[in-house]
Amino acid sequence: MRHVLFAMSVATTLVVPTVASAAETVAIACGTVGKEFELCKQGSEAWAKKTGNEVKLVSGPTDASEQLTVFQQQLSAGSSDIDVFRVDIIWPGILGAHFIDLKPYISDDVVQQHFPAIVKNNTVDGKLVAMPWFTDAGVLYYRSDLLEKHGQKPPATWEELAATAKLVQDAERKAGNDKMVGFVFEAKAAETLTCNALEWIDSFGGGSIVADDGKVTIDNPKAIKAIQTAASWIGTISPQGVLNYEEEGARGVFQSGNAVFMRNWPYAWALSQAPDSPVKGKVGVVALPKGGADGKSSGTLGGWNLAVSKYSKHQKAAADLVKYLTSSEEQKRRAIQGSFNPTITSLYKDPEVLKANPFFGTLLDTFTNAVARPAKVTGAKYSRVSSDFRNAVHSVLSGSGKPEEKLKDLQKKLTAMSKKGKW
Amino acid sequence: MEESASPTPAPGSMLARQRVRSAWLFLLPTLVVLAGVAGWPLFRTFWFAFTNASLADPGPPEYVGMENFATIWDDPDWWQSVRNTFLFTGVSVTLETVLGMVIALTLNTRFRGRGVLRAAVLVPWAIPTVVSAKMWGWMFHDVYGVINEMLLHVGWISGPIAWTVDPKLSMVAIIAVDVWKTTPFMTLLLLAALQMLPEELYEAAKLDGAHPVMVFFRITLPLIRGPMMVAIIFRVLDALRVFDLFYILTSNSSESMSMAVYARQQMFEFQDLGLGAAAASLLFGLIALFTVVYLVLGRDSVAQEAA
Repeated sequence: MRHVLFAMSVATTLVVPTVASAAETVAIACGTVGKEFELCKQGSEAWAKKTGNEVKLVSGPTDASEQLTVFQQQLSAGSSDIDVFRVDIIWPGILGAHFIDLKPYISDDVVQQHFPAIVKNNTVDGKLVAMPWFTDAGVLYYRSDLLEKHGQKPPATWEELAATAKLVQDAERKAGNDKMVGFVFEAKAAETLTCNALEWIDSFGGGSIVADDGKVTIDNPKAIKAIQTAASWIGTISPQGVLNYEEEGARGVFQSGNAVFMRNWPYAWALSQAPDSPVKGKVGVVALPKGGADGKSSGTLGGWNLAVSKYSKHQKAAADLVKYLTSSEEQKRRAIQGSFNPTITSLYKDPEVLKANPFFGTLLDTFTNAVARPAKVTGAKYSRVSSDFRNAVHSVLSGSGKPEEKLKDLQKKLTAMSKKGKW
Repeated sequence: MEESASPTPAPGSMLARQRVRSAWLFLLPTLVVLAGVAGWPLFRTFWFAFTNASLADPGPPEYVGMENFATIWDDPDWWQSVRNTFLFTGVSVTLETVLGMVIALTLNTRFRGRGVLRAAVLVPWAIPTVVSAKMWGWMFHDVYGVINEMLLHVGWISGPIAWTVDPKLSMVAIIAVDVWKTTPFMTLLLLAALQMLPEELYEAAKLDGAHPVMVFFRITLPLIRGPMMVAIIFRVLDALRVFDLFYILTSNSSESMSMAVYARQQMFEFQDLGLGAAAASLLFGLIALFTVVYLVLGRDSVAQEAA
């Protein structure tokens, strides 16, 4: 079995060797999409130069669930191919057993500079299995030039967003831009839809699928209202195609100038301001809208961390690389060049960081109070919970199910899965 | 049908026994390799299907009897994936057979440039499925897709359609891609069968003044039935284990999965090796069943062939 899995893992990853020759070679899997891959490569190579070691960058699938699949195969095969893994905020509960405790390598005062909520999330059974690298929360991008042109302001509630999007979209189409759509977001039946839908539900005050005590809470009027609201966008302000968009699909439409609003992670900011971007200088970022007047702005907590594999043959060097990449200087560089949100609190007061990303200051609240997916409480079952949840939402959005029925069925299914809230 | 190279020795004789022995000896390496690369993994899958093996839990798996099969049996998503797979198989193989036959009959007539055309027909078949699925995925894209562009241009649709989103539409898209890709395979097999047919029959039919349609149904079809059945069963077995087209061309929601996609999800996304193996075993069982049915049904047709 181990050999089979090992062979599979070798077959599913593509190794990109880098130059130099030195004491130890540390292999790191950190991001696959253009800019992020580049930044990680620069950071890793700077470390290699500094320490006289070598790094090897390993790239894999772009979709987070797919990455999890590949990493899982490698780790359960005990493969030592990859030393440092970039892990999603929801993985420590799933993969934690395969990672080393980083506490001996990274001093307490360094760890304490980071957001405590993320450190807590990455601590499994008293072991710090991953170091916070960057944090993420959903934000709303808008075309400032278009809103100005049509005398609109950034929306505070979802109703306002729908009305503004419709108005601008229709006016632009009349003016001859027939590709213009009002709002794009990520609704492919993948982890990203779980993030999007959780934001809608939380903004209406409908809870977070499973409460911290393990009780399933998804079937409630506020959650139903939230999903209904989102379903009303499809075909009016959002193209049907959003049901197959991931982050890059949505960004493609927005950055080519064909959408008024977009829900996405902060990484899209730097790319939208790139020299060759058609919407450079025409984009604003605000917190996601509230669910009605008595609702709140929400954003799903995302973000990535770095972990060292238990099966690594270079644990010490790998931990040192993690320490370097998650350090304040490196996080600052990544924030300025790629708008990756630092996990170090003090960097949110850094003038250079704020100059590159004005919204880091205005949305600090969104980043510090983001809503967490129920990964911790559901543990190893999280993948199933997320899959059932997003399938229910997806079928409502695509018009094949009613929110009342779908959420009721989901409540039943999850309650049975949770063994009465014990998970 | 064919004369063997040397006359067969009397059964039971020394020579016959020796021949059987050496035949087995020659087959042995192949059998060993097959047992290693096909038999062993298959056996492991069957074994995992009866355990609670999990990727998340490094401990040794425990035997749980039929529990995994019961879980899958009660899962509506599994039955949805079974329905999807059968619908896909039925429609796509039917279309491929009919289209393949039409193209094969065309290529079987003599005209200039036949050789070039025959090679050109094979291009879709030569492209790896993953690549063609991605390619078609872009063509079906709701905003930039060339297919919407063409349909809008002709005026058949009023607004762009998101082909790969709606489970019903994505089924149409998947079948279209599969037909595009696999019709050449059908064509090739049928064409090979057609080229074996003796000219004299057709000359005789022509002299008797038979209508071409009549000739096809009375002469051609009965004569190539055997090879055609082989081609169809090949395609059915292939279509039942479809994975890549569904995986790439749909939103991967539970409403638009094939059986293989379902098995993968259980196994890797949910780390439930046992359930995934049970789903894979059921899929294997189904394909095996088809093969057996075909062999039983095919036996009399083969017997007829030989007669």
